Amino acid sequence: MHSDVLISQADRRPMYLQIMEQIRHRIAVGDWPPGRELPSIRALAASTQVSVITVKRAYLELEREGVIVTRQGKGSFVADSAGLSMQLRRDELDEHLTAAANIGRQLGMTADEIADRLHEAVKTRDENER
Amino acid sequence: MTEPLIDVVGVEKSYRFFRLSNVAMRLEPGQILGFVGPNGAGKSTTIRILMGMLRAERGTVHVLGHLVPRDQALAKRDIGFVSEDMQLHGSATLAWHMRLVASIYPGWDVKYADVLLRRFNLHAEQTVKALSHGERVKAVLLLALARRPRLLLLDEPTTGLDPVARHEILAELMDVVRDERRGILFSSHNTQDVEQISDQITFIDRGRIIDSSDKEVFLDRWRRLHLDVPPGTAVPALPGAIDTTASGRIAVVTTNSYTPEIDAACVRAGLTVRDVQRMTLEEIFVANVMSNRREADR
Repeated sequence: MHSDVLISQADRRPMYLQIMEQIRHRIAVGDWPPGRELPSIRALAASTQVSVITVKRAYLELEREGVIVTRQGKGSFVADSAGLSMQLRRDELDEHLTAAANIGRQLGMTADEIADRLHEAVKTRDENER
Repeated sequence: MTEPLIDVVGVEKSYRFFRLSNVAMRLEPGQILGFVGPNGAGKSTTIRILMGMLRAERGTVHVLGHLVPRDQALAKRDIGFVSEDMQLHGSATLAWHMRLVASIYPGWDVKYADVLLRRFNLHAEQTVKALSHGERVKAVLLLALARRPRLLLLDEPTTGLDPVARHEILAELMDVVRDERRGILFSSHNTQDVEQISDQITFIDRGRIIDSSDKEVFLDRWRRLHLDVPPGTAVPALPGAIDTTASGRIAVVTTNSYTPEIDAACVRAGLTVRDVQRMTLEEIFVANVMSNRREADR
């Protein structure tokens, strides 16, 4: 069965967070443009084989974040605010940076040393691009 | 009006070596209730009481708004019941069983039955005795599903099935609750299946309901805290702490009512919170059963 969202049992994050993350990503990459209708809660629950209550929770939290809007009796839609998808991509970047900072600290690196590694990564990437 | 599909209050039933005591449960339309317990906890007995196959000594049982066992015939018209020991006629084919069920239940959906045959990889002309265990379970489930009953009572539907068959069955169950009027109660000791598809979860052990709640609440509130306990400090009393194991300078606390305030309380007591881990439903279930048994044995 085709599904827009795939849940992994090996992923330690709770299922509702996995669903939120995948929907945010769909929006960030532009697959789901502003104003697009999301699958209904029950339809997404059936296609991902995850309980209705879990999908409902993911939608509620996304609504609270302003990523989607729900209109009573009409369904849920990707929020229309300008620059939302850029904001989502920035949030995604921040998450990765936080993870990198955590690993750096665990390795006993200073803030400058971690920043240097990021500079290196950007340089390598730009060279490969050429 | 949305009356509950199942409403059970204060049910008691005694056997020589086993007693069901003060069992209560409720299932709202559009929901899946996972009924979880170890072997011999009372899951099948409870389901048989819901079906009117056993009579409770005390308490009231309403299924689909009908009082059971008094009005069980009315309730059963719209219940699909599947259990391990379901008897099919070994020498008859699946097609014969389908015709039989179709003749009894006016709601039989011929088209959906055909769809299910394909989805479950079953052959209507095969005799029951030629079916594997997994195929037999799927056949019984097909006979229940194709009637499109409002309530499905499934006693261990996925036990002993291979991963592919389990996947096929879970997909079909999720399809049922696309319809907000229908609901499913399924018992299991496979906590992974329950964690995946249940909206509500009820734990039973030794004939008692030991905990019951919405799944997201279970998964959110139960946490394991890993603490460093420096010399001269001690683990304070924490809300919902059901188990604390300490050795040396490290303690692990299991709580069933986690809030970030607990972290703060640990820090105030001079401890370091190294990690706050979520728990799987299986871990929650085992911790829950063990702590309840300790209480009961005290």
